[in-house]
Amino acid sequence: MGKTIIEKIIQAHTRDEARAGRIVWMNLDIRSARDFGGPNVVKHYEREYGDSPLADRTKIFFTFDLCAPACLLRYADNQQACRDFALKHGIKVYDVDQGIGTHVLMEEGLAQPNSTVVGTDSHMNILGAVGSFGQGMGDVDIAFAFRTGRTWFEVPETVNVVIKGALKKPVSAKDLTLFLVRELGTKRLALKAAEFYGDAVAGLSLAGRLTLCSMITEMAGIIGFIPEHNNAAGKEIENFAGAPFSPFAADKDASYAETIELNIQGLPPQVAVPPSPTNVRPVAELRGVRINSGFIGSCTNGRTEDVAAAARILKGRKVKAGVMLKVVPATRRVYQELLAKGILQDLFESGAIIVNPGCGGCAEGHVGLTGKGEVQISTGNRNFAGKQGKGETYLASPAVVAASCVAGQIASPEDL
Amino acid sequence: MKKRTHRGRIWVLLDRNGKLIEDIDTDQIYHNAFLHITEVSEMGKHALGNLEGWKDFAGKAAPGDILVAGRNFGAGSSRQQAVDCFIALKIGAILTPSFASIYFRNAVNSGLPVLKSARIEHLVAGSKLESGDEVDVDFLSGRALNVSKGVSFEVEPMGVVQREIFEAGNLFAFGRSLDRRD
Ligand code: SF4
Repeated sequence: MGKTIIEKIIQAHTRDEARAGRIVWMNLDIRSARDFGGPNVVKHYEREYGDSPLADRTKIFFTFDLCAPACLLRYADNQQACRDFALKHGIKVYDVDQGIGTHVLMEEGLAQPNSTVVGTDSHMNILGAVGSFGQGMGDVDIAFAFRTGRTWFEVPETVNVVIKGALKKPVSAKDLTLFLVRELGTKRLALKAAEFYGDAVAGLSLAGRLTLCSMITEMAGIIGFIPEHNNAAGKEIENFAGAPFSPFAADKDASYAETIELNIQGLPPQVAVPPSPTNVRPVAELRGVRINSGFIGSCTNGRTEDVAAAARILKGRKVKAGVMLKVVPATRRVYQELLAKGILQDLFESGAIIVNPGCGGCAEGHVGLTGKGEVQISTGNRNFAGKQGKGETYLASPAVVAASCVAGQIASPEDL
Repeated sequence: MKKRTHRGRIWVLLDRNGKLIEDIDTDQIYHNAFLHITEVSEMGKHALGNLEGWKDFAGKAAPGDILVAGRNFGAGSSRQQAVDCFIALKIGAILTPSFASIYFRNAVNSGLPVLKSARIEHLVAGSKLESGDEVDVDFLSGRALNVSKGVSFEVEPMGVVQREIFEAGNLFAFGRSLDRRD
């Protein structure tokens, strides 16, 4: 019997038979830890292994992206504990200036197609966008992986998702993704991998692929792959990886848990209403909801293309008085591209607040937190109660967030 | 070697309307404001600290208690603290219809018995599992008994890797046992 993509990647990393449902011991190529989880990894490592060497230290990294640069003493301490450990063991730190860890691993060519990449970030599976098996793990797993270079893993089943219809501008990858989160909920992909087929997903740019793959976590899935790609996305991936992009394809006779067909023809912009990313409605139904703040960034929508889409709307317009718009580029490279293209200038003139690269918004210690009663519209991926503070967070595309910040209420770009 | 059976008082995580809470995410179990903590013993007091109706859980829980929750327990982030806060409180086991994948791994790796049972929703809806009941679970056979109500039910027995890690204590101890075997 043939294999799905996830079965093929795992098979290339284990001596066991990689077949859905089996538990295998899997070799890990890249192992990483961020400023949350990283200090716990260090603590476990030192307690369990003392001064013993890491398994292939050239493939182990710290990526600081959550509290960057540290604005609370306890995070400053934690980050320094990781730096000290890194220095002692000779491993590289992508420090607080570099941006979101998963994006940095991709840009640096460390997340290679068909490789295995783990870290203390539940959105490591975003790397499915470039064909690598990224997986978030806890600090016990990662400490063990630092020492041994492997872990146990239950090979997941795969769901075959076929998407019919085309995306029509200004409807974006985020709208498509939110629609999928609504349709697939937290049950259909739960504990499974997914392969997405169809022209709409095959035509996505790299930024769009990242957007879709980042929200598999919100669907409770293990990882999503987009086996087909267009030339531009392929080129971009090759530039980062430094090698031709030839991700594994599923075998014709691979076995799937199920096939789901969805049609997106005529899809309008979408918004996820708090307190759940699955609570998705067309923007038209939410028009007029007053907002206090906007957030553009995160691993889901922090690429140059995302910020540029927002800037196209903001250029020559002003963020409504009383609304805070926070913009956080995903990485330093993105920041530099935005600078070079003059996009930061447009954003600045519209009244946006531009912050250094990083995660932002997802945890205490960075911008994008909400106070009690505050309503925020964000390009992020989660809006659970209490996650970003006591306020309420709506999730939308960069274009919808930008339009809403100009209008002072939830709005579609056409409304301006 | 750890005991393969456990008896404890259960806490059934119900919402205000008496429904079993599903999709409890790691920010509800252990809020991101406390992620700087690296000492397991300090994590217990934050357990369920952001779950509506259960914020006082740490004060109520006793060692050996068993948690019963709805499907997709532990959704969200990869933080080990969302498991270790229960280790700190010496929770005996967690029973739910399903766990989020990273959460399940983290619990297995920390040696916290996490067990799935498709019967839970039905039992809770029929008042056959209520907070305060004494429940007996056999991790290896999957046999469970609500001693207080005389109702028996099944949970999925621990898988091989889960059992081996549990018996060793945690992933690190298990890894050392592998080294000795090799
Ligand atoms: S932006 Fe948020 S969801 Fe994405 S990696 Fe950072 S913390 Fe995680």
